[in-house]
Amino acid sequence: MINQPNDMMFRVFIRLIAIIVVTFSIYLFFSGHNAPGGGFIGGLMTAIAILVMYLVFGTKTMNAALPFNYPYMMSIGLLVAAGTGIISVAFGYPYLKQFFDYFQIPIFGEVELTTALIFDLGVYLLVVGSAMTFILSIVEDDS
Amino acid sequence: MSNLIILPIIFPFIIGAVLIFFSKSSRAQRIISGISALLMVGISAYLAVLAFQQDTVILESGDWVAPYGIILVLDNLAALMVLITSILAASCLFFAFGTISKKREKYYFYPFYFFLIVGVNGAFLTGDIFNLFVFFEVMLLASYVLIVNGGSKYQLRESFKYVILNIFGSALFIMAIAWIYSVTGTVNMAHLSERVAEINQPGIVTVIAVMFFIVFGAKGALFPLYFWLPKSYYGPPAALAALFGGLLTKVGIYAIIRMFTLVFYHEPLFTHKGIIVTAAGFTMLLGVLGAVSQFDFKRILSYHIISQVGYMVMGLGIFTPLAVAGAIYYIVHHMFVKTALFLLAGATEKITGTTDIKAMGGLIKSQPVLTWSFFIAAISLAGIPPLSGFFSKFPIILAGFQEGQWVISAVALLVGLLTLISMMKIFGYVFWGENKLTERQNNMSVTNLLIPIAPLVAFSIILGFAAEPIFTYSLHIAEQILEPSNYVNAVLKE
Amino acid sequence: MEIVMSAVIGLIFAVAIYLMLSRNIIRVLIGTLMLSHSVHLILLTMSGLQRGAPPLLFLEAGAYSDPLPQALILTAIVINFGVTAFVSVLVYRTYKEHKTADLYDLRGAKDE
Repeated sequence: MINQPNDMMFRVFIRLIAIIVVTFSIYLFFSGHNAPGGGFIGGLMTAIAILVMYLVFGTKTMNAALPFNYPYMMSIGLLVAAGTGIISVAFGYPYLKQFFDYFQIPIFGEVELTTALIFDLGVYLLVVGSAMTFILSIVEDDS
Repeated sequence: MSNLIILPIIFPFIIGAVLIFFSKSSRAQRIISGISALLMVGISAYLAVLAFQQDTVILESGDWVAPYGIILVLDNLAALMVLITSILAASCLFFAFGTISKKREKYYFYPFYFFLIVGVNGAFLTGDIFNLFVFFEVMLLASYVLIVNGGSKYQLRESFKYVILNIFGSALFIMAIAWIYSVTGTVNMAHLSERVAEINQPGIVTVIAVMFFIVFGAKGALFPLYFWLPKSYYGPPAALAALFGGLLTKVGIYAIIRMFTLVFYHEPLFTHKGIIVTAAGFTMLLGVLGAVSQFDFKRILSYHIISQVGYMVMGLGIFTPLAVAGAIYYIVHHMFVKTALFLLAGATEKITGTTDIKAMGGLIKSQPVLTWSFFIAAISLAGIPPLSGFFSKFPIILAGFQEGQWVISAVALLVGLLTLISMMKIFGYVFWGENKLTERQNNMSVTNLLIPIAPLVAFSIILGFAAEPIFTYSLHIAEQILEPSNYVNAVLKE
Repeated sequence: MEIVMSAVIGLIFAVAIYLMLSRNIIRVLIGTLMLSHSVHLILLTMSGLQRGAPPLLFLEAGAYSDPLPQALILTAIVINFGVTAFVSVLVYRTYKEHKTADLYDLRGAKDE
């Protein structure tokens, strides 16, 4: 490229920023059960992080670095979310009944794990997938 | 409690998600979606029997008791609508196999087709007004994608208007929900019914009721808000136009019937016999006048949707068991016949390559089966005995005369006559007259397209000849929904 | 406080309607965004602006706030996110195909 933009600062700091944003989005995702957060907002933050990286490194590099098929990601998210509800049907409870229990996990200590978390994982995948699909469909149309 | 009633929602949802994986392979998509559409018919038929045996079946999702949790309610009306939806969806899908282009198949036609069914079935089954909004949005988002799928200039231009109008309608919907929540403190329909009955529907609730009528009227193409329909149903391919024409407006009508029999039934003189009947009269008349003035196959049919939506709402507005039973019968009849007519228009378009009826002619010689299918569907739509159109209009108009609603009944009769005129116009131009087709068009065979239409036309005949049992069933449904305590007691278990 | 909120909602609603009635397709898009914000605020205001704690048992506060309107708004926002994403792509494609962002040029032919 002849007119390569002078964006050295951006390129250096984006690695740092992306890591922080993704970490925070994962924190939001896990805190979503009893505190503000959840799959939707966590997914959006992850999508933003990926998007900023797309802005800096360009579509070609990023498509090679993160070769996700975003429509498939949406589909997996939908299936995970719908499947969570079916777990409870299999045990004879109403659809989408939530189960939870407390587990001892090394480092973290006692944590509460629920099936709602799996549902949230579906939402997370769906949001990342759909946000990226929509934005990339415009981006790739231009190039 | 029965987990089965989540199936009409969750089954197409999963199939839609799975179909995304197969978007590259047209054959795999066709096999999966075809089998699932047939399975859907089986599931919903079973649910209709279940609803008939047990009257009202509910599911409290997540084991949260009503009115706190999200509940699904399957009563006879909902079960009937779900059953018809599945039959129409299967027919249009098999019709789409023969007409849809490869490009559309690749761009997620089938997944969104199933998501549309998720939204429609959800709207029929939900027992919670906010979830009604959510399922409306699922249905509308899928319909946006389907209506724009293919991306021709005409589609982009017209679907933009469709989308903006519906976004505005959804905004009004949220507003109406906010108001009703502020007055009653609940969004569960059974709970709403109970609380509105306790305060005996004061003026402010009536205002909110009219707001809901406007919202659902915009989705159902009622009088002042029907202008979007003919243009947006013209763009998409025939299979989709048929599904939209048969299904989408009826979701709005179903919501009106549900809300105005379950919740806002305390002021029938103002809401039902005043506003709803007036809107119905104008809708019928203006819709049919639009149809008479047009010379395009699909547009005539689209305008007829508007005029027939008027009949259904008129039945609700007269508000006697006979009239509501007539309205339900009319919805059933309309959904089958209108879808059949749209699909026949699609088959005709496939042969002639145009939808302008002046450019066609003489199809009766080369396509006798198509012609006579159209003839049966058309005179059924116009209300000639012994077909279903007559037996569904008859109770509505009879109830109108019984209740002394002379004006609306006279309008309904006039509209029936004009419907006959515009149907005969299509028949005269397209099927009679001199043969304007080329040699190749004359020899074209559309048998594979007629197979999915045949059951729909057959249903129209059956609905006419078996009017007695079906009308008894409609009357049973009407009596059930006109007695809201059935619904309320089943949901709140008091 | 509800009075102030009502005025704010009215203002946002007016802006939204103004934008939706303009000729430029992008302004219409922004108008729909403003419209949905204003109706979400209506949902919040109509349920009463409450200052209680989140309705979680372990907080043991004196007053709890009603979680339902917040859940409803969250759902409405999520739906609005999907619709907005779709409409932006639609606006973009319309602009690409028709080579205009002026709604006067998108009216369609007279004979339709």
